[in-house]
Amino acid sequence: MSALEEQEQAPKTTGTERMTYREALRLALREELSRDERVFIMGEEVGVFEGSYKVTAGLMSEFGPDRVRDTPISEEGFVGAGVGAAMLGERPVVEIMTLNFLLVAMDQVINHAAKIGAMFGGEVRCPLVIRTPNGAGNQLTAQHSQSFDAWFAGCPGLKVVSPANPADAKGLLKAAIRDEDPVLVIENLPIYKEKGEVPLDPEFVTPIGLANVAREGADITIVSHSFATVRALHVAEKLAQEDGIDAEVVDLRSLRPLDMETVAASVAKTNRALCVEEGWPSYGVTAEIAARVSKACFDDLDAPVERIGMAEVPLPYAKNLEHAAMPNEDRIAAAVKSVLA
Amino acid sequence: MAIAPANTELLELYEQMLLIRVFETEAERQYKAARIGGYCHLSSGQEATCVGVVHAMHEDDLLVTGYRSHGFALARGTSPEAVMAELFGKRDGCAHGRGGSMHLLDTDRGYYGGWGIVGGQLPLATGLALALVRQGKRNAVVCELGDGAVNMGAWHESLNLAALWKLPVVFLVVNNKYGMGTAVDRASAEPDLYKRASAYRMHGEPVDGDDLAAVIEASSRLLERAREERAPAVLEAITYRYRGHSVADAGLAYRTKEEIAQHQQKDPLLRVAGQLREAGVSTDDLRAIDERIEQRVQECVEFSQKSPEPDVDALAWGMHSQGSDEQFARMRPGSPFGEEELVFDGGLGK
Repeated sequence: MSALEEQEQAPKTTGTERMTYREALRLALREELSRDERVFIMGEEVGVFEGSYKVTAGLMSEFGPDRVRDTPISEEGFVGAGVGAAMLGERPVVEIMTLNFLLVAMDQVINHAAKIGAMFGGEVRCPLVIRTPNGAGNQLTAQHSQSFDAWFAGCPGLKVVSPANPADAKGLLKAAIRDEDPVLVIENLPIYKEKGEVPLDPEFVTPIGLANVAREGADITIVSHSFATVRALHVAEKLAQEDGIDAEVVDLRSLRPLDMETVAASVAKTNRALCVEEGWPSYGVTAEIAARVSKACFDDLDAPVERIGMAEVPLPYAKNLEHAAMPNEDRIAAAVKSVLA
Repeated sequence: MAIAPANTELLELYEQMLLIRVFETEAERQYKAARIGGYCHLSSGQEATCVGVVHAMHEDDLLVTGYRSHGFALARGTSPEAVMAELFGKRDGCAHGRGGSMHLLDTDRGYYGGWGIVGGQLPLATGLALALVRQGKRNAVVCELGDGAVNMGAWHESLNLAALWKLPVVFLVVNNKYGMGTAVDRASAEPDLYKRASAYRMHGEPVDGDDLAAVIEASSRLLERAREERAPAVLEAITYRYRGHSVADAGLAYRTKEEIAQHQQKDPLLRVAGQLREAGVSTDDLRAIDERIEQRVQECVEFSQKSPEPDVDALAWGMHSQGSDEQFARMRPGSPFGEEELVFDGGLGK
């Protein structure tokens, strides 16, 4: 092999490359599998099938069946196996096909992984990563379209991150794998195909607990995460062009810990806030943000904090009903206007 | 003391069993005196199972248990002072007062916790075993569970994974006849619990859990198989719990005093004491051991009373790893009343 050919085959480690959210996740996994022998992937269809949503495509042939381990349909069993392996210092990255299925492993996540640090007086750690997509919009109906982000983000002992773009998909997954605590990485099905520039540096991580001002603006702060951020950015551009409204979009990126400093600083500037999520708003992420903004920014607010999320019904199948129930761009735009009215 | 070398070991095991019995009796007394709170599940009557299985473990083997955990911690050699102090909720407890009776641990001795949700420790034990395999170690995991746990989904999923992946785990089913107040045959369609291993092509066998030598023999053999052949197994130790499900349960709603008395005639401690007498240990010698153990347990109580309470300023201590304070630093604005002082100011990381 010539020097030139070698150079061409070695992966680039500087600059950025345009890739999908899915490819960014895969890059993070490949880099971390290469970096640390303790890292291994475990989940349904992650190996031979190459991933239900192809995030792990090619990794089993590259790293072998021990490090990319297919499991039976036993979420409670293999999430728990991840907890135990992590307690002995391994770095399991457990894939759950969708967030809906994590509910059958809830006992291991909430009663076990989240408790280990505090309940045993700091004597044991649990550096477990669970990564899983949620998201509605493909007529997957009531049992497969849910966003329980708040259920997990409300549990002390867990960390929960939720990237909205390919760069953060790579950066947050890598930060999660390198963290010493259990971290839930909530991805999103509809944005797996979204493209963006992703840093190629294998040491690039997105810090946990740091929000991002995804779009600067002066009139209103839209607080969101995951797919809601993608929608909010589209809405903000449209409102700027059509209505002369200049919205700021804060992408939370982490739900626990939550970067309220960035949110509060933004609201102090715009004096108005709209919280958007894809989950049900009651007792949800938006409920939490609204409560904190109301306290932290009481003197800054020129209007009540508004919020919008999934209509509070089990999501129906029919295309028009599904669309109507979701926090779609029309509904977000209407909510922005109502806060500014 | 005139005793053959072979019996020195038996004497040590007897002392461990006696320590558990005396410790549990004292724990009940202290619970009733309100120095111990929460749930408190005693191992009285099950001493031969605790001591026998743990005796069969190698130093580097690992142990997880359910919440009836005092006996296993003591058998594994965790200091009884640290166990009692944990029950008292004190700083010198083995979990620094954060865990209590159900959540003892001693990682220096490979004890990865007492766990409080029925069956929850099973998936976790398969993960410990998977980690041992990945790390190229030739050790095994003992995963203790009660007879009630075999009807949980976690039992099925864990046994299947352990068999499928050839993990070195011995699932120790401590069948003490009742899951709380429900007799085994009222809960399990196959009341011979060891037979359920066959659904996973896994070896299963029963043992008289009150016969120390039998427990040691069976668990040594199954642990050796697990270490050498990575073959998981189910060992059903059939025993009897003298006290209620927890200290709060008188234990008489679902069984009779006669039934308890009948089991006490086959008491595991009396059996071992009998063997020791046959081997030449005198009644006086046994009495001296009794007194020494009683004294030790009283010292545990004194130690626990003197041990300071955990520091309220360190309420969240250990919840997260080092470096987490920085991650949570930006969470303060708009926090619920008191959250900053109670949680953030004291630090999250250990």
